[in-house]
Amino acid sequence: VTGNLEFRDPVRAKALVERLARTTAEVGRTVSIMHVCGSHEQAIAKFGLRASLPDGLNVIMGPGCPVCITDQPEIDEAVVLAQDGVRIATYGDMVRVPGSAGSLADAQAAGARIDVVYSVAQAVEMARGTDEPLVFFGTGFETTAVATAAVVLAGLPPNLSVLSAHKFIPPVMEIVAEMPGTRVEGFLAAGHAATITGWGIFEEFAARQRVPVVVAGFEPLDILAALVRLVELVRDRQPAVVNMFPRCVTRDGNGNALNQLWTVFRKTGGRWRGIAHVPNGNLRLRDVWASVDARRRFRIDIARLWQHAPSTLVRQCICGNIMAGIASPADCPLFGNRCVPDAPVGACMVSSEGTCRIWHEYGGVPRLGGLSCPV
Amino acid sequence: MSSLTTDDRILLKHGAGGRAMRRLIEDAFLHAFETAPAQLAGCLGVAAMDDGGAVRIGDRWLVLTTDSHVIHPVFFRGGDIGRLAVCGTVNDLAMMGATDVLGLTCSVIIEEGFPRADLERILASMRDACREASAVVLTGDTKVMGKGEIDGIVINTTAVGLTDRLVRDAGLRPGNRIIVTGTLGDHGMAVMADRHGLELEADLQSDVAPLNGLVRAALSAVPAAVTAMKDPTRGGAASALHEMAAKSGVGIVLDEAALPVRACVRGVAELVGIDPLLVANEGKALIGVRPDAANLVLAALRAHARGRDAAIVGTCTADHPGMVILDTGFGRRLVAEPEGELLPRIC
Repeated sequence: VTGNLEFRDPVRAKALVERLARTTAEVGRTVSIMHVCGSHEQAIAKFGLRASLPDGLNVIMGPGCPVCITDQPEIDEAVVLAQDGVRIATYGDMVRVPGSAGSLADAQAAGARIDVVYSVAQAVEMARGTDEPLVFFGTGFETTAVATAAVVLAGLPPNLSVLSAHKFIPPVMEIVAEMPGTRVEGFLAAGHAATITGWGIFEEFAARQRVPVVVAGFEPLDILAALVRLVELVRDRQPAVVNMFPRCVTRDGNGNALNQLWTVFRKTGGRWRGIAHVPNGNLRLRDVWASVDARRRFRIDIARLWQHAPSTLVRQCICGNIMAGIASPADCPLFGNRCVPDAPVGACMVSSEGTCRIWHEYGGVPRLGGLSCPV
Repeated sequence: MSSLTTDDRILLKHGAGGRAMRRLIEDAFLHAFETAPAQLAGCLGVAAMDDGGAVRIGDRWLVLTTDSHVIHPVFFRGGDIGRLAVCGTVNDLAMMGATDVLGLTCSVIIEEGFPRADLERILASMRDACREASAVVLTGDTKVMGKGEIDGIVINTTAVGLTDRLVRDAGLRPGNRIIVTGTLGDHGMAVMADRHGLELEADLQSDVAPLNGLVRAALSAVPAAVTAMKDPTRGGAASALHEMAAKSGVGIVLDEAALPVRACVRGVAELVGIDPLLVANEGKALIGVRPDAANLVLAALRAHARGRDAAIVGTCTADHPGMVILDTGFGRRLVAEPEGELLPRIC
């Protein structure tokens, strides 16, 4: 279970780091690329890869953290349900994210029942053990949405319904690529999501936006090798899609999973927290699943929270620009005073992988490359 | 503070051993228990926020420490609340240098309807742990609360001990080596697996154990070589090292390859997306040692039954004071201090 050690070889990593430095130098200017996956940021952070990247390569964390981009009104819906006495099961990350007037953690402290689950299947089991109504607050991208779809298709216990805040990644890449002032010259696509959707889904995007896309896995060597390939494509001005995770990803993806996904969900436009309205970026239950849709089963009056809503703060938040790589936390009037990890306003302060959070914790990103560890 | 999340209620994070808890203690408790400087002479009080307090008695220190134990489930892989209650307090005492326990107290609050057999099993476990730690319970208190007024059982223990040399958590100096006395993350991962009903084939076991014998071996290996100690309980090694680094004014660079973590703990940690450095231990110590004595102290630890997996895992630097830096072999990163309770990631 410790991952494939073949892809954690520090010697091969060193060779790739050197090749990445050479390739970046060949471009002759600073190259900005973006990944759109919380798991990529997690791996980059966990293995300390940023300290090994060349100065001329700027790897931006895009809107790929599912916790960060779940919009405030979506959190509000879960909070209102919880306040109304409905038991909520959700992924652990979601408990702390604030909505307009507090988080699920706040609701829990005031007496609501919130259960952290590792998978939607666990919520199904939980529902079977009780008669009381339970709502699964489903968040995340294609990967977790497919899991939600599978249990819906298998048949939910009568007391369980789904509050879907699931999101679909490909459309937001278009938004970021088209943002005025964007410096992003290439995208690292998430290998696990591509396992479902297939890498072919990015071909139209790459051709239309004239930017290369490289599908990458999550071990350190996967990421470094994908970065080398992406910078090569930028250097050669080739807006191609390259699959650097062939041990899992095919061109067409997982047909069964895609079938299940689109049988249960439809794409609809909606806001991503801190980013923008994303056409086709939200996944909602299709009408035929109305009977298990929490939005239809319960009356969710989120407007009652809005008298507490600090809308003026949210309007000052520049997380969208930070995630697009055109602003830094230092440019934000809220950073460090009105927006802190304990009480985040914007997306980038919520997750421990968010840019603002990292800046806040460490006063910028200290240069750690030159240190030696004389153990 | 922002109006978004108000701190007018106590949340779970305020008891999780991370930054939120430290702030609550600083803002509420230290203020309430502030002691006049005159009274503080010859006294290590709450303001030090160390593992215990101490009073100077002649040329020795009387160390005093207390801990209330709540855990769900009460019986978990590798231990139970009774063993935890004895070890937690004995270990806090040992971290201050007091490895001989003069005596323990045991206060128990029980929920109406709690099974008598479970209580007796817990008490038998406390008796066994006391025997291992060469400690005795001298006095106690028993209360019963109504059904639903408390969750099962809460056990508070207090311990006193004497030491010639008080060891603080603030004594690290640049160049000092950091030794961990065994594998990290066992307790937290075992309890998390039980609590969330994770069906795993991995053989996870809590490491809950008294450390005073092991610490005695480390302290007597080389006189005055140990500069600081802390047991990485709630908040894990990351929290403990942050506290040691911040209080001592040094940076700490860890070598990830040297960190002892059992393969099954590493596997589960990856599965649920939780860093083993953030996970609680109940039978391990982090020990700062003068560089010239590090190998001798390590050898003394490894010769002890509870220290076979001990390892030198890091070095203190004058650079980056208050920071904990992990050398991963692929690069370097800062180890963040956990904020509150640990929750698994989505993806």
